[in-house]
Amino acid sequence: MTKKISIPDFSIPSRIDQVGVEERASRFTKRSIKNETKTNGLLLTLNMIDLTTLEGKDSEGKVKQLCSKAMHLHEAYPGLPTVAAVCVYPSMVKTAKKALGNSGIKVASVATAFPSGQSSAEIKLLDTKLAVDDGADEVDMVISRGRFLQGDYNFVFDEIAAIKEACGKARLKVILETGELVTLDKVRKASDIAMYAGADFIKTSTGKISPAATMPVTLVMLEAIREFYYKTGIQIGMKPAGGISKSKLALHYLVMLNETLGEDWMNNHWFRFGASSLANDVLMQLMKQRTGVYQSSNYFSND
Amino acid sequence: MAKVVKNTPSEERLEVLKTYKIYVGGQFPRTESGRFYIATNKKNEKLANVCQCSRKDFRDAVGSARGAFGGWAGRAAMNRGQILYRIAEMLEGRKAQFVDELMKQNSTEAKAVEEVNLAIDRLIYYSGWCDKFQQMASTVNPVASSHFNFSAPEPTGVVAIIAPQENALIGLVSVIAACIAGGNTCVVLASSSMPLCAVTFGEVLNSSDVPGGVVNILTGSVSELAPFFADHMDVNAVLYCDKDAAVKTLIREKSALNLKRAFMYDKMDWFSDEAQSPYFILDLQETKTTWHPIENIGGAKAGY
Repeated sequence: MTKKISIPDFSIPSRIDQVGVEERASRFTKRSIKNETKTNGLLLTLNMIDLTTLEGKDSEGKVKQLCSKAMHLHEAYPGLPTVAAVCVYPSMVKTAKKALGNSGIKVASVATAFPSGQSSAEIKLLDTKLAVDDGADEVDMVISRGRFLQGDYNFVFDEIAAIKEACGKARLKVILETGELVTLDKVRKASDIAMYAGADFIKTSTGKISPAATMPVTLVMLEAIREFYYKTGIQIGMKPAGGISKSKLALHYLVMLNETLGEDWMNNHWFRFGASSLANDVLMQLMKQRTGVYQSSNYFSND
Repeated sequence: MAKVVKNTPSEERLEVLKTYKIYVGGQFPRTESGRFYIATNKKNEKLANVCQCSRKDFRDAVGSARGAFGGWAGRAAMNRGQILYRIAEMLEGRKAQFVDELMKQNSTEAKAVEEVNLAIDRLIYYSGWCDKFQQMASTVNPVASSHFNFSAPEPTGVVAIIAPQENALIGLVSVIAACIAGGNTCVVLASSSMPLCAVTFGEVLNSSDVPGGVVNILTGSVSELAPFFADHMDVNAVLYCDKDAAVKTLIREKSALNLKRAFMYDKMDWFSDEAQSPYFILDLQETKTTWHPIENIGGAKAGY
């Protein structure tokens, strides 16, 4: 039941209590998680991963290898879920689509002159179209941070709306690149703009800028999603990306997700981890849970 | 002029006691478990509160050791020798502190001085071997094909060490020196009854150009931690320097899981000359054999 959407006045500054957010975010890391819950959390984490390779040196072989990893995470542990999606550059979408076949794993493609977003509107639309035409199920776009920081909110809004239209059926994830937005106030502002402009997901980072995803930033975005949901009845997904490489941290994120947005979001339709090395750490923890023995990365595939 | 404040005889100065913490990844954290035990001497006098490390401390230490391994193994052998020499220099400078700690832990002064001197000399001994054992252990192998075939030792990786329990310093220094001289990194469980010198030795390592994570020193109970030393999949070798038959069997069994090298240095007198030898370095080396094709063999012309 979608309510009537009225777009707020973005020129009114957002006010985020930074100290409060940091304090709240640190609380999530102190929950006691028992063994069975931990195992379930780890399996859920695996299922939420967007297995990512976004490097200049990516080749078809590398992408095929990554897709094979996505489908066969660790054969020594039967009954594992697959990851949610494989995330690649537009030029690799065809390869990934073919390699994944009918495994049910989605193909996500970055677009819009990723990672800087410094290009013309035409190029960005073409970039998106290329990915969608090649069969991408999801598109990860970057916002124009320069224009955003200039206060040119309408430009950013219109750009997102235009890309959303170009996406067609593909779900749109909007990357805010919070590491370049500097303050939590601006993170909140960018989240609101993205959601009202038609994002299906909001995503923290490209992974190319440090800091990438942090718990306080993610909390601010989750709270923006919650408020948007209360106001409009529309559910928006969340994707922290970059810097989440340890299982323990991933479990902290799940705790935060559960306590902020609740169970409706606790699945890979509404929450993703953008990560390349997280999967192996989760697999090692799962094997530790199963065998009682600390694991070595030597016994897990590289990607 | 500032007035000098002197303690009157009635208010004796309260001594500042050292907190004995563990040494992991080049830092001195407390155990994650928050547990401690009280180290005592033979007269049952309390010496210090010492960290009672858990398996998670061990796991973290192995992570640090694994992280440091590439850099340490990749250093020039001579540079490792220089660093071992530097450890000896630093230990020499803090001799008095070690003598004092050994005496607190049941040693006589003469014996304590002997032990510290020997520890320094042993570091110098292994420092010298750092860039020499390779030549001693390498071979050129005759093969029946047109190949130049040679074997050379390479460090095995992360070594988990349960240090000698009956002495506080010399056993610990002997096993650590042989291990790192060969380019390995290690996690060491100190003597649980005499842990003071081990912690202080961590401070010496930390001030002698040894990269963080190359040596990690834990304190705690052998029976609690031994199973994890033996079955951690990311440990390549395990040394046990005590006599408990049950622990020896346990280590042998569990280390088979990932085919770790398991060594029992259980009958060693660490004060004797037999306790220093390049063969202690070679215990923790793997042999890599290379087949290099050549055009001719045994003939007149060199083909390469």
